[in-house]
Amino acid sequence: MQLSPYQALITILAVSAGVMVTRFLPFILFRGEKKMSPKFENLKELIPPAMMGLLVVYCLKDVSFTSPPYGIAEIVSVVTVILLHLWKRNSLLSIFGGVAVYMTFLQFILK
Amino acid sequence: MKEDNKSIIREAFTLSVPVATGFLPLGAAFGILMHSIGYNWMWSAFFSLVAFAGSIQYLSISFLTSAFNPINAFLVSLMVNARHLFYGISLMDKYKDSGKYKNFLIFGMCDETFSITSSLEIADRKKRDKMNFYITLFDYSYWVAGSAIGGLIAGGVKFNTMGMDFALTALFVVLFLEQMLKKKNRIPGLTGLAASILSLMVFGSGNMIIPAMIIILVVFFFGGDRLCS
Repeated sequence: MQLSPYQALITILAVSAGVMVTRFLPFILFRGEKKMSPKFENLKELIPPAMMGLLVVYCLKDVSFTSPPYGIAEIVSVVTVILLHLWKRNSLLSIFGGVAVYMTFLQFILK
Repeated sequence: MKEDNKSIIREAFTLSVPVATGFLPLGAAFGILMHSIGYNWMWSAFFSLVAFAGSIQYLSISFLTSAFNPINAFLVSLMVNARHLFYGISLMDKYKDSGKYKNFLIFGMCDETFSITSSLEIADRKKRDKMNFYITLFDYSYWVAGSAIGGLIAGGVKFNTMGMDFALTALFVVLFLEQMLKKKNRIPGLTGLAASILSLMVFGSGNMIIPAMIIILVVFFFGGDRLCS
C-alpha cells in the first residue's frame, strides 16, 4: 500500500462523492418542468461516445510504441477484443478474450 | 398483495440475470486487483458499496497506487461519470416521484440498471417503482458481492494477476466500439479519440484527462449544431 489507510479511505470517498454528484445533480437542478437549452441537448448526445474514446486512450497512455516491445501486447489484445466483439457482439466474451490474450503475452511471451 | 410482491421480485430478478453475468466476474476482477495492490476484500467491498461505479473504481486503482491527491480523484470521477447526468435527465420522469425509493434509485443509477429501467414500460406507478427498486437492488448486490468474492479468492489462492487490469481497457474498447457501430456517434467518438491523443502528446500521460475534456467540450460547443444535424 502506497497510501495510509486514512488516505485510501479519503480517496475512495472522494471518488464516490464525484459519482454521486453526477447521479443526483440532474434531480436537484431540473426539478419541475424547466426546459434544457438546445446546446445542452446536443452535448447529451455527443459526450458519451467521445468519453469512451478518451477512456480508451487513457488506459493506453503509458504504453510506449517507439521502444521494444512496441506495444505489441496491447495492439494484439485490443485487436482481439474488436474482432471478438464484431463477431459475437457479446461484451463479456470480448472483454475476457482480450484479457486472456494480454495475460498470455505478459506472463509467457514477453517474459 | 403479498403474491403480487413476489411476482414483482421474480420478474426483477429475471431481468437482472444478464447483469449478474457481467457484474459478478467484473466485480471479482476488481476485488482481485484491489487485493494485488494491498487492499483486502473489505476494502473492495466497501468501495463497491459506496461508489457502485465500475469504470471509475477500476481507474481508482491508479489513484490508490500513486501520490495522495483526492481533489484530482474527485475531478476525474466527475468527468468519467458525466454520462450519469444524461441518465438522470432521461430517467427524470420515472424516478422523480418514486417516494421512499427515490434516493436509492438515483444512488444506484449505473449504466446497466439504466439500460433496463429506462426501457421498461409499466403503467401502474406503484408497481413500476417497486420493480425499478428491485432491479437496482439486485444489480447493486451482484457488484458488491462480486467485489468481495474477488478479494476473498485472491487472498486464498495464489494467482498471477499480471495483466488482468487489461479488463478495463477491454471494457472501454467494447463500449467505444458499440458507439462506433452507430453511425451518428462516429464523428463525436473519433473527436474524443483524436482530442485525447493530442492531449496525451502535448501534456503527457500524467495530465491528459482535463485538457482532453476541455478540447472535446470546446469542439462540441462550437460545432455541436453541425454534428447533431
